[in-house]
Amino acid sequence: MPADDVLLEIEDLRTHFLMDDGVVCAVDGVDLRVRKGETLAIVGESGCGKSVMARSILRLVDPPGQIEGGTITLHRDSGPVELVGADTKLLRQIRWNDIAMVFQEPMASLSLVHTIGSQIVEAVRLHENIGKAAARKRAIEMLDRVGIPMPARRVDAYPFELSGGMRQRAMIAMALACKPSLLIADEPTTALDVTTQAQILELLRDLQDEFGMAIMLITHDLGVAAQVADSMAVMYLGRVVEYGSAEQVLATPRHPYAQALLRSMPRLGRARQRRLTAIKGMVPPPYARPDGCFFHPRCEHVVEGRCDRVSPRLLQVADRQVSCLLYEEDK
Amino acid sequence: MSEPLLKLEGLTKHFPVRSGLLGRQIGAVKAVDEVDLDIAAGRTLGLVGESGCGKTTLGRCIVRAHDPTGGRLLYWRPDGSSIDVARLKEKELKSYRAEVRMIFQDPHSSLNPRKTLREIIGEPMRVHAYGSADEIDQRVGDLLERVGLRPEYANRYPHAFSGGQRQRVGIARALALSPRLVVADEAVSALDVSVRAQILNLLMDLQEESDLGFLFVSHDLGIIEHVADEVAVMYLGRVVEQGPTEELYTRPTHPYTEALLSAVPDPDPAAKRHRERIKLLGDIADPAHVPPGCPFHPRCVYAKDTCRTERPPLREVQGRRVACHFAEELDLRGVPDPDVREDPVVKA
Repeated sequence: MPADDVLLEIEDLRTHFLMDDGVVCAVDGVDLRVRKGETLAIVGESGCGKSVMARSILRLVDPPGQIEGGTITLHRDSGPVELVGADTKLLRQIRWNDIAMVFQEPMASLSLVHTIGSQIVEAVRLHENIGKAAARKRAIEMLDRVGIPMPARRVDAYPFELSGGMRQRAMIAMALACKPSLLIADEPTTALDVTTQAQILELLRDLQDEFGMAIMLITHDLGVAAQVADSMAVMYLGRVVEYGSAEQVLATPRHPYAQALLRSMPRLGRARQRRLTAIKGMVPPPYARPDGCFFHPRCEHVVEGRCDRVSPRLLQVADRQVSCLLYEEDK
Repeated sequence: MSEPLLKLEGLTKHFPVRSGLLGRQIGAVKAVDEVDLDIAAGRTLGLVGESGCGKTTLGRCIVRAHDPTGGRLLYWRPDGSSIDVARLKEKELKSYRAEVRMIFQDPHSSLNPRKTLREIIGEPMRVHAYGSADEIDQRVGDLLERVGLRPEYANRYPHAFSGGQRQRVGIARALALSPRLVVADEAVSALDVSVRAQILNLLMDLQEESDLGFLFVSHDLGIIEHVADEVAVMYLGRVVEQGPTEELYTRPTHPYTEALLSAVPDPDPAAKRHRERIKLLGDIADPAHVPPGCPFHPRCVYAKDTCRTERPPLREVQGRRVACHFAEELDLRGVPDPDVREDPVVKA
């Protein structure tokens, strides 16, 4: 892997929740890389650890969750910085300036009692040494840039005065106000209608072209991932099971879970009145992870006596990485 | 042609907007505005639209969770006679409510956490005096099995189950009285992709077994395409297009249908190259302030002068109903047949 274009490197990240009933290994040894200016989509079902993984990067995981091990290296122009174990002061500097985040439900992440403008101004002034007037000017510019009509007026609007799509635009404006090199978007369009979703995805693409930042897009929707992603990682129960270019993963998924996930989606134009191929069983409860490969109880290609014992490693298989024993046997 | 179950004639539900100390009515939100639709036994009618288009209100009017403010809800009883449900009093609704059931969106909030599955699924049977306690218990066990859960689970509480399992419980409860029509309001939207397919398959099996009629309300066009025989597209309280699923998806005649279809993200990397998105201008209009003329005109890329002043009626065009002045003239794009889609160059 050429190191010069890598922006963020995650190695063997483990984030665990120490609960009364036991330990939940929400993120259980994740390796990922985000290259400069690319969009990496992290897809998976609820409980696969994709959100916890993303939140671990900025250390936004609430207790009892904590990072148990691994490294997260941010490659800044001034040199690499290690985020796991970094002190709070350094993390504060990195949040917004280098890495910003957009969440699923804008209403829950915006303050209800402050105007959109004052929230952007606050964020900008915390991270950059500029005056109030300049920060307000920046806020208006950003609102204009994300397609909010009449930004000079909307800057004084409260979140409840905006529609869902507009609020998400305002969130994006706020996240990009300090020109971060990485934007983490956690299900940014899940709460929106399809038409609004299409607008927001297009906005993200345009902004990426303009600002050149990398995007880590967390989504459960393979369709959304297909629209914007350059590369893609499929997660299951806290681990990456397949990782490669988005086009290749979607066109020819290799891991049985990725294959099954794609087959179980109703897709426009090819699903008329046909039965869907469902994945058998359900996601196991967090305390009872299966032995061996986590997916083996639901897998169609399970090899008895092997998949339920041996834990597969993430291996390079041709053009991508797959963690499945079927591919280890080929070698 | 299967027998009719329910016919909506000019069904209307307006919510009053009140203001001031005396709560005087200053306007109305036209959540559902003169909707005509038919639902037949053994068939699925899909209802799609963005949030705020009135699809949920329509579903709730059908089960009479809301009282319609106008129009008729004609229901054909098993003996062939028909009644107008919209006019029935609360007391007279009991037999109707046994035959028309609802499945809710959120399986976490629609099951009482303090009741066991036996009580939850048995409740409608007790209310409608289905039989003795033993008979009800027996049926609860059968129903649990039918929806893919173990009968022993009857003594457990909802918290012990995952989202998909809870939705199965909700389905079992809806089926308890052997309904003829089920209104499923975003019944699979809260579920994970892999579980969603299981529930959709279950619903389709149940329909085949007992000739159930379905009204499937969803914002997800992929799911609607999968389950529905016929689709109605709603915008600001009105049906703007309605027709057989396949035709409506391949050749939409209303610009709003076209825009909705083009907005659906397709996971096929090849589709990204072939499909061009139709941009919708602006946000969904506010149902309390419906624009004059065609309600869709402020967002429509094809809008002409007529659209700003004259409201298009819902009329028959090529075997379906559409509310657009220019339905015949516009050449709109739908979802291409996947088998043809592979090489678009040949077609051009």
